[in-house]
Amino acid sequence: MSATSSSGFAHTTPVDPNKPKLPGSLNVNRRLSQWLRFSADGTVEVHPGKVEIGQGILTTLGQIAADELDVDFARIRMVAASTPASPDEGVTSGSLSTQDSGTAIRHAAADARRIFLSVTSQRTGVPIESLVVRDGAFIGPQGEVGSYWQLANADLLEVEASPEAKPKAIEARRQVGVSTPRIDLPEKVFGTGRYVHDMRLPGMLHARVIRPVARAATLMATPDAPEGAQVVRDGNFLAVLAPTEWQAEAVAARVTARAMWSVRDTLPEQAQHAEYLREAGARGERTGVLARDDAAPSVARTEKRSFFRPFLAHASIGTSCAVAQWNGDAVTIWSHTQGPYNLRADVSRTLRTTEDKVLIHHMEGAGCYGHNGADDVALEAALIARAVPGTPVRLLWSRAEELGWGPFSSAMLVDVEADVAADGTLVAWRSNIISNGHSGRPGRSPIPTLLAASQLEDAFPVVPSINPPMAGGGGAPRNGIPYYRIPKLDVQTTRLLEMPIRSSALRGLGATLNVWSIESVLDELAEAAGEDPVAYRLRHLEDPRARAVLQKAADMCGWATRTKREGWGLGIAFARYKNTGAYAAIAAEIEAKERVFCRRLWVAGDAGEIVNPDGVVNQFEGGAIHGASVALLEQVTFDRRNITSDNWDGYRVLRFTEVPAVETAMLNHPEAPFLGSGEASMAPTIAAIAAAIHDALGIRPHALPFTPENLA
Amino acid sequence: MTNFTLNGAAVSVDVPDGTSLLHALRGPLGLSGPRYGCGDEKCGSCMVLLDGVPTFACTLGVEAAGGKCVTTSEGLGDMAAPHPLQAAFLAEQAGQCGWCLSGILVSASALLAANPDPSEDEIRVALDPHLCRCGSHNRIIRAVRRAAQEMRA
Repeated sequence: MSATSSSGFAHTTPVDPNKPKLPGSLNVNRRLSQWLRFSADGTVEVHPGKVEIGQGILTTLGQIAADELDVDFARIRMVAASTPASPDEGVTSGSLSTQDSGTAIRHAAADARRIFLSVTSQRTGVPIESLVVRDGAFIGPQGEVGSYWQLANADLLEVEASPEAKPKAIEARRQVGVSTPRIDLPEKVFGTGRYVHDMRLPGMLHARVIRPVARAATLMATPDAPEGAQVVRDGNFLAVLAPTEWQAEAVAARVTARAMWSVRDTLPEQAQHAEYLREAGARGERTGVLARDDAAPSVARTEKRSFFRPFLAHASIGTSCAVAQWNGDAVTIWSHTQGPYNLRADVSRTLRTTEDKVLIHHMEGAGCYGHNGADDVALEAALIARAVPGTPVRLLWSRAEELGWGPFSSAMLVDVEADVAADGTLVAWRSNIISNGHSGRPGRSPIPTLLAASQLEDAFPVVPSINPPMAGGGGAPRNGIPYYRIPKLDVQTTRLLEMPIRSSALRGLGATLNVWSIESVLDELAEAAGEDPVAYRLRHLEDPRARAVLQKAADMCGWATRTKREGWGLGIAFARYKNTGAYAAIAAEIEAKERVFCRRLWVAGDAGEIVNPDGVVNQFEGGAIHGASVALLEQVTFDRRNITSDNWDGYRVLRFTEVPAVETAMLNHPEAPFLGSGEASMAPTIAAIAAAIHDALGIRPHALPFTPENLA
Repeated sequence: MTNFTLNGAAVSVDVPDGTSLLHALRGPLGLSGPRYGCGDEKCGSCMVLLDGVPTFACTLGVEAAGGKCVTTSEGLGDMAAPHPLQAAFLAEQAGQCGWCLSGILVSASALLAANPDPSEDEIRVALDPHLCRCGSHNRIIRAVRRAAQEMRA
């Protein structure tokens, strides 16, 4: 997979304001040796702080390094992030990894190349201008005079990066912009152990957690462990340890049956969920996102609409897993976290120790689409392993835990009012976006946010999740500001100050609701004005790149020459992710039968400069299919005590026979900055499907998912 | 003690009755291709071939494999000698996180053994027991078609 999700603000390392600003994450991690290490054997290690979460980032970053250094891609060794050695790049999220890490690596590599050539020039007397780099060898007029490998042990990178480093000109790039096979895929195709789940350490024990039967529950007594197994309890956190996985599962089942919990009802009534959001919103924190009051024509008509979406689950195909091992007063954790430093911060706070006592090694997990259970399971593994000092412990979540106890993307409600002039032109947009916060990520507040932190004997309080600031893309109001020309704007958001169901970042955050609400209202306004939806958008869109992707999607699906077919519909939608990231326009074709099926998607994107074209297409395709799944099937269900959609029958995602065909075209802008690719296509896909449903059935959906019940 | 053939080699495994084949494969038999996804026959992450038939290893007791041939993705091929399906998945870059691929590969190999020229719809139906969350479905379908073509050639 996958793609990433969330918010841009991130790293935990302080920055010296007196130093010159360096590009991307290089600004926070200024030493070149943090990023690049040459070896005499003719290879170069690249050490990004961003991690592989199924999106192919290691390949992309390796291409950037290879191109800028002028070495063959096969010489690149991508090293997974770990604390404390790796650069602190915060969280792999927000479709920012190529921007943050790629920009840093490009500049670090350019600087390394400059330094190595300069030293070679001084030592050989060959002027630096006459040196060229060919696969790592430095070639002068008389032949090879040195190489990265010859100088590998000269400590040349033990310096801070220089702001003067100049990356290659666009036309000199050779490896960036060329589709490159993913370096992680062979092991995944051959079944070689690459995931943290595959770690096997000598003497390793297997653990399982016993979850309470309700969100609010108190464990009344500690059940016994059978011979050969061990029960670990700290407050309401209960787990078992055994030598094998099957023993751990058998013991967990036995302990589950014997555990007595005192429980309370704390969840809202799902049947009245939208009303609950409105009520809780009235007690919430309402803030302005953007207000604008430019001159405008007089208002002829106002439309008011509301849109709702339920809680969404990450629903990764693999479950969360971690391995932890204590050595004295320090713990080492192998984790598929998105943010090793952020995880370290929260684990150390929860364990009431210092950060230097917590070592995090990233290892891959199954596809990650945002803040899932990866960090929670890492803390839990550390808590359990504390009972067996020196012994490695592998903790694996069950499917029920993965779908029932990881953080969810908050349910949301948005109320919209749009004013139009007599000729249908959009004049004003007012909205209030009601939601729980979209970030409960670790490492960002003094109170740890990890699941077990609130369950311990000496428990930390549960703090309702926050929204990242708009400068980082925002949370609930992400993409809540229409990208269209509207003279008067008043976009507000209401964050709930109560959190009966834990919420955090999932691909797109609030965009999954906001883009659909904006695009749906635009379709209605176009229809009322008797205009074509594409033409209506184009006359409200100024950004030429936005216009280009919208036109491209329209061309791809044959919008201008479409014909009406009974039971079928075609819809189109556009968004620029975070209003600052990648552009995506999607056309969706649906067939309405006993329920709605999405049959085809046409995806047009602009992600700025593209490093790995096939990788970007893979991300845009994947995001679009994720969007189709959310549009048609996905919703977390619950009763007053707990999540009930904790298996694949309860939480449906698209299967092979339901997945639409996808055609993708990227408009390349090698002169432009990287814009990210993981999240851009998802939200407009939902909006395009809603528009296609209206085209087929004459119904404008107002609640996700677009099931027969919600369309009735 | 249960004896069976695993990826062409005779193995015997001593685990308590009722232990799942998946636990036996990942535990004492040391494989990492078959994966836990749900324990409920709903996602296909654990899929293996039992005498050539796609079978969920997560719910099957290891004793049911006794005397039979078990094939996992490791048994299809390796880096040095890839199965045409594995080569095709790499050629099409058919995957993102890769979690689903081991199971999909064995189901696809059973499909191609029974039907050397499957239609797109037939591939979709054969892979319907498998979940892919990253949205690599269309690439996977293309890869199966590519492998089918190469195997027929």
